[in-house]
Amino acid sequence: MPTWIYVPAFAGAIFVLLPLLAIVLRTPWSRFFTLITSEASQEALLLSLRTSGTSTLLCIVFGVPMAVVLARTSFRGQSLLRSLVLLPLVLPPVVGGIALLYTFGRRGLLGETFDVLGVQIAFSTTAVVLAQTFVALPFLVVSLEGALRTAGQKYEVVAASLGAHPTTVFRRVTLPLVLPGLASGAVLAFARALGEFGATITFAGSLQGVTRTLPLEIYLRRETDAQAAVALSLVLVVVAVLVIGFARQGKGHL
Amino acid sequence: MKRTLPTILATSLLLATALAGCGSGSDAGGGDGGTTLTVYAAASLTSTFEDIAEEFESTHDGVQVEFNFAGSSDLVAQIQEGAPADVFASADEANMAKLTGADLQGAEPMAFASNTLQIAVPPGNPAGVETFQDLAGAGLNLVVCAPEVPCGAAAQSVAASAGVELSPVSEEQSVTDVLAKVTSGEADAGLVYVTDVIIAGDEVEGVEFPEASAAVNVYPIAPVADSANADLAREFVDLVLAQVGQTILQDAGFAAAP
Repeated sequence: MPTWIYVPAFAGAIFVLLPLLAIVLRTPWSRFFTLITSEASQEALLLSLRTSGTSTLLCIVFGVPMAVVLARTSFRGQSLLRSLVLLPLVLPPVVGGIALLYTFGRRGLLGETFDVLGVQIAFSTTAVVLAQTFVALPFLVVSLEGALRTAGQKYEVVAASLGAHPTTVFRRVTLPLVLPGLASGAVLAFARALGEFGATITFAGSLQGVTRTLPLEIYLRRETDAQAAVALSLVLVVVAVLVIGFARQGKGHL
Repeated sequence: MKRTLPTILATSLLLATALAGCGSGSDAGGGDGGTTLTVYAAASLTSTFEDIAEEFESTHDGVQVEFNFAGSSDLVAQIQEGAPADVFASADEANMAKLTGADLQGAEPMAFASNTLQIAVPPGNPAGVETFQDLAGAGLNLVVCAPEVPCGAAAQSVAASAGVELSPVSEEQSVTDVLAKVTSGEADAGLVYVTDVIIAGDEVEGVEFPEASAAVNVYPIAPVADSANADLAREFVDLVLAQVGQTILQDAGFAAAP
């Protein structure tokens, strides 16, 4: 490795770390605990953790099979399908929110169906979970598909040749092999869901305890109390650092 | 070959600051000979202030008016952090008070327009909202602004003076967000300003209600202290207050300042 490479590497690191330092420096420490323990803050944090957790579960339930299909099969149009499924990665979240609105909204593609069932998704916590799952799912699929391809099919072939049922192979061989990849994918998905803002505010609305997650609360708080917004931002940073730290502890390849 | 860590660190820091500096030049003035007047104005003033700027540029050779349209509290926060604004037009007096509180006004703020609330409903008014009292109806998807933003504060005081308890399904960040929820049909009704209903055209219908007079939102404007174009800034403020500016504003549905 050439020595000069340290220069841009450090520059990049400083570019990321300096703004975080700025938040810490601007945090109103004397009021910090009052600010983050207010009812609105608590409800926003709990709602964020609850919805992000649910979204991560949904990502696992749907993302693992998606990754397996993408990694273990080949068919015409597969790469196009992959690009489309991964689209939320590059799509501005607001666009995602609009797309969800036209799908699950009252006048959306599926809106009438839900209406008949007596389910209203708009302005509910379900809408928050949908928005978060939509933006977080590709993170899990991408990292798991990579892990599956790296792991290869050797052991699966051997297990199958010894007479194991495909489901057994999947459960006893494939999943344990890619568990670190799955864990880091799930952490990424959780982190993305936690930070989700644009799709939520476009699609779900903003009401304390129902749809106003921590990022929305921070954005709203800036209107009247910029210091409170800074304090809550720090909470979000700390939660994110904890999540990533936890994942690294768990041997995840992050 | 061997480089010391401090050298590397110093070079990195330089690079990082250079990187951070990339974006900051864009507001700072044209640089192609002409003068740029930078106006920070509330988002609800977008179309009217663009028209007023056209008038201003036509009488001021070589002057270009550039805008930063956003929520008033965002704008005032940016000015407090040193953003290069020459004029600040706020959608409410509270945010202008933040500017004067920080002693950043170049002259006494002047009220130049006012706005009142109206009920916006999707075309055809599917929920049949006729009065302000109807907004409290059970099962109605009502969307308002959060009390933290001016339109929400206005909604709150109207509701209080009318003695109506509102239970909205969402308290949005801005009046634009409220309007979007109504135009998309997600909400049965939303509380927005008269001017927003006019801008939205056929996408929504407006329902007037007499209780709206309990909260008249006043728009103040002021030049910003230490502006490099103090004279131009004052002239722009004058134009907004003059007949030309007032006509443009009132055509868009704003009422005269009280």
